[in-house]
Amino acid sequence: MLERFIPAAASYAGDVDQLVWLITFLVGFWFIAAEVMFFWLIFRFRKKDGVKAQYITGKEKHLKQWINVPHGLVLLFDVFIIIAAIRVWVHIKQTLPPADRTVRVTSQQWAWTFQDPGADDSLDTADDVFTTDELHVENNKTYHFRLESKDVLHSFFIPAFRMKQDAVPGRIYTGWFKPTRLGDYDILCAEICGIGHGVMGAKLVVETADQRATWLAAHAPAVDETATDATATDAASTDATSSDSTSAAAGQQ
Amino acid sequence: MKPIATTRSSMNIATGKLAVWWVLVSEIVIFGGVLGSYIMNRIAHVEWGEQASHTNTWAGAFNTFVLLTSSLFAVLAHQAAEKHDGKKAAQYLYYTCFGGLIFLIVKSFEWAHEIREGFVIQSGGFWGYYYVAAGLHGFHVLAGMLVMLWVADSAKKNQDLHRVENVGLYWHFVDIVWIFLFPLLYIAK
Amino acid sequence: MANHHDTHDHHDGAHAHHDEGWFKKYFWSTDHKIIGFQYMFTGMLLALLGAFMAYVFRMQLAFPGQAVPGWGVVSPGQYNMLITNHGSIMIFWVAMPVLIAGFGNYIIPLMIGADDMVFPRLNRLSYQLFFVSVLLLIASLVVQNGGFGGAWTAYPPLSANKDFNLTPLGSSLWLGAVAVEFVAFLLGGINFIVTAMNARAPGMKAFDVPIVVWTIVIASILFMASVGPLVAGAVMLLFDQLLGTSFFNPNRGGDPILWQHLFWFFGHPEVYVVLLPAMGIVAEVMTVFARKKLFAYKTVIYTIVATGVLSFFVWAHHQFVAGIDPRMANVFTVTTVLISIPIAEMCFVYIATLYGGSITLSTPMLWALAFMAEFMLGGVTGIYLGSSGADIFFHDTYFVVAHFHYTFFPIAIIAVMSGITYWFPKMFGRHMNDFWGKVHFWGTIIPFNGIFIPLFVLGAAGEHRRIFDYHSFPHLATPELQSLRIIATVSLVVMLAFQPVFLVNYIVSMFRGPKADKNPWKANTLEWTADSPPPHGNWAELPNCYRGPYEYSVEGRELDYWPQNEKA
Repeated sequence: MLERFIPAAASYAGDVDQLVWLITFLVGFWFIAAEVMFFWLIFRFRKKDGVKAQYITGKEKHLKQWINVPHGLVLLFDVFIIIAAIRVWVHIKQTLPPADRTVRVTSQQWAWTFQDPGADDSLDTADDVFTTDELHVENNKTYHFRLESKDVLHSFFIPAFRMKQDAVPGRIYTGWFKPTRLGDYDILCAEICGIGHGVMGAKLVVETADQRATWLAAHAPAVDETATDATATDAASTDATSSDSTSAAAGQQ
Repeated sequence: MKPIATTRSSMNIATGKLAVWWVLVSEIVIFGGVLGSYIMNRIAHVEWGEQASHTNTWAGAFNTFVLLTSSLFAVLAHQAAEKHDGKKAAQYLYYTCFGGLIFLIVKSFEWAHEIREGFVIQSGGFWGYYYVAAGLHGFHVLAGMLVMLWVADSAKKNQDLHRVENVGLYWHFVDIVWIFLFPLLYIAK
Repeated sequence: MANHHDTHDHHDGAHAHHDEGWFKKYFWSTDHKIIGFQYMFTGMLLALLGAFMAYVFRMQLAFPGQAVPGWGVVSPGQYNMLITNHGSIMIFWVAMPVLIAGFGNYIIPLMIGADDMVFPRLNRLSYQLFFVSVLLLIASLVVQNGGFGGAWTAYPPLSANKDFNLTPLGSSLWLGAVAVEFVAFLLGGINFIVTAMNARAPGMKAFDVPIVVWTIVIASILFMASVGPLVAGAVMLLFDQLLGTSFFNPNRGGDPILWQHLFWFFGHPEVYVVLLPAMGIVAEVMTVFARKKLFAYKTVIYTIVATGVLSFFVWAHHQFVAGIDPRMANVFTVTTVLISIPIAEMCFVYIATLYGGSITLSTPMLWALAFMAEFMLGGVTGIYLGSSGADIFFHDTYFVVAHFHYTFFPIAIIAVMSGITYWFPKMFGRHMNDFWGKVHFWGTIIPFNGIFIPLFVLGAAGEHRRIFDYHSFPHLATPELQSLRIIATVSLVVMLAFQPVFLVNYIVSMFRGPKADKNPWKANTLEWTADSPPPHGNWAELPNCYRGPYEYSVEGRELDYWPQNEKA
């Protein structure tokens, strides 16, 4: 259902979509049944001349069934929903498959900074690439992300991945995703973070290994090892899609 | 001027007493919120133990003794009120108040000393909770004393003696809160 | 229990025969009915303010960047201030005062056959404190640097630090207003609980008490048992703002998530605090206009209690993705989804009450039925959000906004309208115009769905909340999604355009409406045995109670109702 509005671009996006379908079927059944019954009763028992209402206490066994049976069924349906919801949750939030690559995501008022591990695939080395408001990831690779915040709460939300996680200052959260569909997607901040909350977005680019290699080559910091910080800041500013913040980026670690 | 509603008792409990119990329910969750937050944070931060070591356990212990004694006077006041001896009840209420006063005086010396040593409410996690929890409690002591003076005033004239028991209930609660605060803020180091 | 009549002799002389000044009568009164009116009118005035705010920010969303008639161009800071205060006002200063304090004050003593609340002066103090909180709130909107814009949830560090929120005065005044308001309702709540427990008419047993009194009392208990930690939390946050303490400051050993726990430990029971009185009003209106006994009265009471108890164990479903231990989410998914059982049961019982009835679609009944029809959609969409796996996506999207408006709008507007139109003849001794009442009903209900159905779709498309302009997000700035925003806004404007119909009908009927007798709806509950409007003291001779409140259409009786105070 969600796919009608927004593509599913991560390995677990389909799981969330299926869960949403399941919930829609189960609660939709009750919703429609209850509304139909409700309006039918209003129509059937509208006031008619000479017809007096019945005196029913609700203790009559044959009538009480109309409450008790749905009551039991709602409980049963609830159990299905709970099991399905927890399965999806455990898969996305409580398991951490081995990473092919790890990126650092730093949020602040009002920009995202992404630290790509670079060609050597290890974070916090000289060839890391810092970008602001643009994240490049390779298709079909499992990524870990280290989510941090520098000031207030933000929330790292990628609708196409069906993934969301709050960034809390003072804490580092590690999560994962595995992109499965090429293209450009939105990254949103889903937690109000001040007057710039409405412009705090970023672009997510899911690309092939070749495209990523080209991108890396274009953005890799100069080989001069003595100036990691300076080059990193450089890379960030060239890449900045928003004029907000170039100071954001690098050198903090 | 009292409405008839106030004089009814469908539950066979005096209306005033019932109200005091509900006041206590709402107070329990207020202090429960502060203390729950404090305990959770305290467990997560070992360094708070060091900060807590600067509190004066002896002053805290003395104040515990003072409050317990004042609670005893509140009980005696209730007993006197049961016997319709308003004068005596008022007398005991004044003693109870005096206990509260000593408690507050000790408290203010303690705080003055700590502030002089540089431990203020901004000095870090423990001190924040220390001042908020003890301050909130101190505020309740003060409020209880004011109500008690008002109750004693009418008790002297043998009026509204049922209030002696109600204010006593409240005072016992204030006492019990301190019994939780004392080990949490002074003893655990 | 003694079966005697309380008489009023000693009482009448005290206040009925001397002329009270206008100020004393309407502003310094201890009469529960006047205090109920004070709460209700204050709440209705603030509803106008809250609705105006909604109009401004919806216009901004539909036509971003263009000047909004009556306001001007909306800046991002103003936008945040508008949504924050729309939320806080509608919940704390409209739903709470009108539903609980307003109706609670007016109808509890009348329905249990008492002459007033048990603590009239405490009651007056409660409103006065509430009024102070209103003044603080208004002040917070107009001070330098503008009103608070950190959302009604006020999560720190944004709310705690002026360098982040840029509204030093607004934030603290807003927080102070909320805290004072809580204290006001604590005082009021104690009064409601004790009055309903202890001041019932002779002969009125616990299960003879009308459902609406039960719901208001249980709501007051829920409020009282849940708000304490937040009162303490508000003091701590205020210290963080003003003194620079570090309760919620992560840089100095504090914990911002702690605030979320304190807030939602109150915030979720709060939903049921306002829901229950609304369900109570609907029960009264439905039984009267279906001429039916409530289907399984005791079951309703048990579901109310079960909902209340469960509501204390669901709060963290607001925090699934907030950085709490993910294992906790599993526990809270179970409790949250399970709370659907008592609520669904309650809905089933209400629907079953219609079976075998003789239903008149008067204006109050239309509102009551609409409450059921609309609230059910709000209820079932909550399941999506309570299911942790689905909430990863839906959290803080417009799906949430649509969901809780499908619960809060029926609660704070539809059920309140049902209550107002139902008790109007009692309150003012006159009838409201039924035709204009129905015009207002349809003019509100149809656009209401027009506002919030599109928001479900926008939420499913991933539109996140509290954004003043979606231009920065290419996938959300498409013309299709924008047209949905415009539909919602146009529906809102239409709905607002119908509200003067109500206001005029209300005010004109108050003075010119046809006179109502004591019991125009032929209802059973005790308030209909008092004069319309009841005098100070309510009855010359307080009634006794002989039976339950819903004995309609009893077999073998000529009349299809049987008032609670009739001996046989």
